[in-house]
Amino acid sequence: MFGNLDTTTLQQLWWIIDSLVGSLFLFLIFVQGGQTLLWQLGKANVEKSLIINSLGRKWEMTFTTLVLFGGALFAAFPKFYATSFGGAYWVWMLILFTFIVQAVSYEFRKKPNNFLGEKVYELFLFINGSVGILLIGAAVGTFFTGSNFVLNEYNFVTWTNPLRGLEAAFSLFNLSLGLFLVFNARLLGAMYLLNNIDFTGYEDFEARTRKAVLVNLLCALPFLLYFLISLVVMDGFGVDPKTGIVSMVSGKYLANLLSMPLVLIFLLAGLVLVIWGVVTTSFRGKNNGIWFGGLGTVLVGLAVFFTAGFNNTAFYPSKAALQSSLTIYNASSSHYTLTAMSYVALLIPVVLAYVVYVWYLMDAKKITAAEVTGEQADEMY
Amino acid sequence: MVDQIDLTMVNWARAQFALTAMYHWIFVPLTLGLSFIIAFFESIYIKTGNKEWKKIAKFWMTLFGINFAIGVATGIILEFEFGTNWSNYSWMVGDIFGAPLAVEGIAAFFLEATFFAVMFFGWERVSKKFHLFSTWMVAIGSNLSALWILVANGWMQYPIGMAFNPDTARFEMQDFWAILFSPVAISKFTHTTSSGFLFGSLFVITISSWYLLKGRHIQMARKSILVAAVFGLLSSGYVAFTGDEAAYNDAQKQPMKLAAFEGLYDGEKGAGLVAAGIINSSKKVGDDQDAFLFEIRIPWLLSLLANRDPGSFVPGIKDLVYGNEKENIMGADEKIKKGKIAVEQLALYKKAKKAGDSAGAEAALTVFNQNKEYLGFGYLNAPEEAVPPVSLVYYAFHIMVALGSLFPIIFIAYLFFTLKGTIIHQKWLLSIGVVSMFLGLAAQQCGWIVAEVGRQPWAIQDLLPVTIARTNLTAGTVQTTFFMFVAIFTLLLIAEIRIMLKQIQIGPEGK
Repeated sequence: MFGNLDTTTLQQLWWIIDSLVGSLFLFLIFVQGGQTLLWQLGKANVEKSLIINSLGRKWEMTFTTLVLFGGALFAAFPKFYATSFGGAYWVWMLILFTFIVQAVSYEFRKKPNNFLGEKVYELFLFINGSVGILLIGAAVGTFFTGSNFVLNEYNFVTWTNPLRGLEAAFSLFNLSLGLFLVFNARLLGAMYLLNNIDFTGYEDFEARTRKAVLVNLLCALPFLLYFLISLVVMDGFGVDPKTGIVSMVSGKYLANLLSMPLVLIFLLAGLVLVIWGVVTTSFRGKNNGIWFGGLGTVLVGLAVFFTAGFNNTAFYPSKAALQSSLTIYNASSSHYTLTAMSYVALLIPVVLAYVVYVWYLMDAKKITAAEVTGEQADEMY
Repeated sequence: MVDQIDLTMVNWARAQFALTAMYHWIFVPLTLGLSFIIAFFESIYIKTGNKEWKKIAKFWMTLFGINFAIGVATGIILEFEFGTNWSNYSWMVGDIFGAPLAVEGIAAFFLEATFFAVMFFGWERVSKKFHLFSTWMVAIGSNLSALWILVANGWMQYPIGMAFNPDTARFEMQDFWAILFSPVAISKFTHTTSSGFLFGSLFVITISSWYLLKGRHIQMARKSILVAAVFGLLSSGYVAFTGDEAAYNDAQKQPMKLAAFEGLYDGEKGAGLVAAGIINSSKKVGDDQDAFLFEIRIPWLLSLLANRDPGSFVPGIKDLVYGNEKENIMGADEKIKKGKIAVEQLALYKKAKKAGDSAGAEAALTVFNQNKEYLGFGYLNAPEEAVPPVSLVYYAFHIMVALGSLFPIIFIAYLFFTLKGTIIHQKWLLSIGVVSMFLGLAAQQCGWIVAEVGRQPWAIQDLLPVTIARTNLTAGTVQTTFFMFVAIFTLLLIAEIRIMLKQIQIGPEGK
């Protein structure tokens, strides 16, 4: 079935699959956003427990999606994996450190004799949700602003900036994308909590959470606008489809959006959905905003990745040596591997189906204060 | 290919990988084994309806959860470290190596992550049967994760199902099934997971023995011991069987590793197996010193294990380094010569191709193809570089085997006295039981050393030395992250141990 597809089609298919996994990750970082709201929304201990236990049933899903994103990029675009992870060493190391400390924090935070104390584990969660997501945003920003690497004829990467990837965080564009992601994750986090927690008897807590949704949208908007306006006016890294030569093209990303109307529709529909999620949560008192916000975030994510990778564009461009830039065509695995992996990818709908089913079962009853304070409390996070 | 090799950087990168992998390997075997033991407890609860078993399952689940969290924390870095510290490796073999890692994510990690939440928080939210199903899914998911990473690791030990593409200068996959069902991958998977089952059983025995010595939670401890001793004993047999298979594969596919962990410098027919011995650490390949200061050998056994024939020839380190014409073994010295030709011709091929000289490219490619099998050796400078650190690998192997022989005896003793109903009075056995988990941990770590240090200097056996597999980083950069990992992992380990001890002290009451 897949073996008959030509290499180009498989490369495009895998860019779509990787973009989908990446975009699902951008939705699932509502967990990280929620983590940064812990101190702000959870005034009493029981409120904090509700937040932690609600997020605690999902954190592994986000974590696993990140791991899959890494694995899928490795399998489909190994040159990107080698160039970016090996080159932008520090930015990836710092991101990973924030996920290492996250992974123990839910389990260890409330356990007696936990050595570092409750506050430190909460700080770990905050750092993961703020610094971690900001740096991920900055790293994704380099898909448009470019990085500082040179590949030799054996594709051995040399990074030309001593900050090894951290320099990405000093670009206003990358920083804007990072901050937008942080605030977007926070508004998604608040909408998820509204959907997942039974606030009966905790109306103040609910009001604070509801307010956080709108406030975080307002905080996100300036960064989103800066990102979008810059994106459509900036020069982009175009590739000549015949020669493979990379050159700077003015208005490249605007041209990409205009020549791929579906991508433009994804972007606009995504933004509208996120805003509608916030509106319906903040002004209509609904608790289902997370679904609009989530779907919207996935669509925006897809639009960002598609703009970076399709329409003869270098998705991981090099500022230091234009011709070292990576495209989905020169960075991919072989036809055989892409074919084999495409069969494996048939499992993705199966995985999605059981994840959704289990999620539905587990969330059918909202999490209550009685649950986190009752006799089973010692089994909770 | 790489103009200047910074050996210090390579060694720091190796140290960092060893550190992160060995820390991760403290927690993973317990996840592999304890997940099944918990599934057994819960199955008995569902079958009998006896709430005591539910309490037991929940108690072990608490300890499982604490261990699982730190296992996840120490695991994420490993996947990305291939890229960060071994980027040339990621490029050169990513076409093959990336696939199992992606499959691991799709087919295994999501099982674990999804059903983990049900296992811990679903008691009141889903039916009893669905809960049991979830517990089994966590166990199966954990072990499937091990499958895919070990398929990847098996390929590093025995690279098959691929070909080198001179145009892209990388290895490309040609046969997915050959990689998945490689005998080395299969024996890696079965040996590693069964040793995890064994370790999980030792963990249960250790803590239960401590309770019995203290006279606490006696019923729970006895029931736990019964299940763990049966599971542990069965696993021990499986470990021995798969271990034998692994050693046979080493002999066939990685003879240098076998020679190193047996301290065998001079190959011989009817070779004996070292049962115990002190290796001469100043011995170098090719000199006249004895390999051992003291040794006890079991005659013919090494030949039998290595080739299934007691009279067969087992090559020693010297044969593999300098060759042995009589036995038709090409030495690393000869392979290096051919490898240098391959490296040189590959460069000529690329140069000719770039210049549009198709005749030149063709000529270079022909010579390259004649020597490409030895390409990896072209990056070595002296044949002695092909030898892994013998003493370390030798001791690691022999400690692992000695401990592996001890464990079934412990399980049999536990089973015997538990069935007799007198286990609580066997203070001597319970004292051994309390330390048995730490012996298991030592055996686990030794196993990792045998497999990974025994493969040195190669990242991919015979194809890609670690010096070429590296990222272009300074030693200082890797040193910094190394110490960051030491600090963070040690802090988390201390926290984990303290939490675990506290939970053990609290015990299963109220579960």
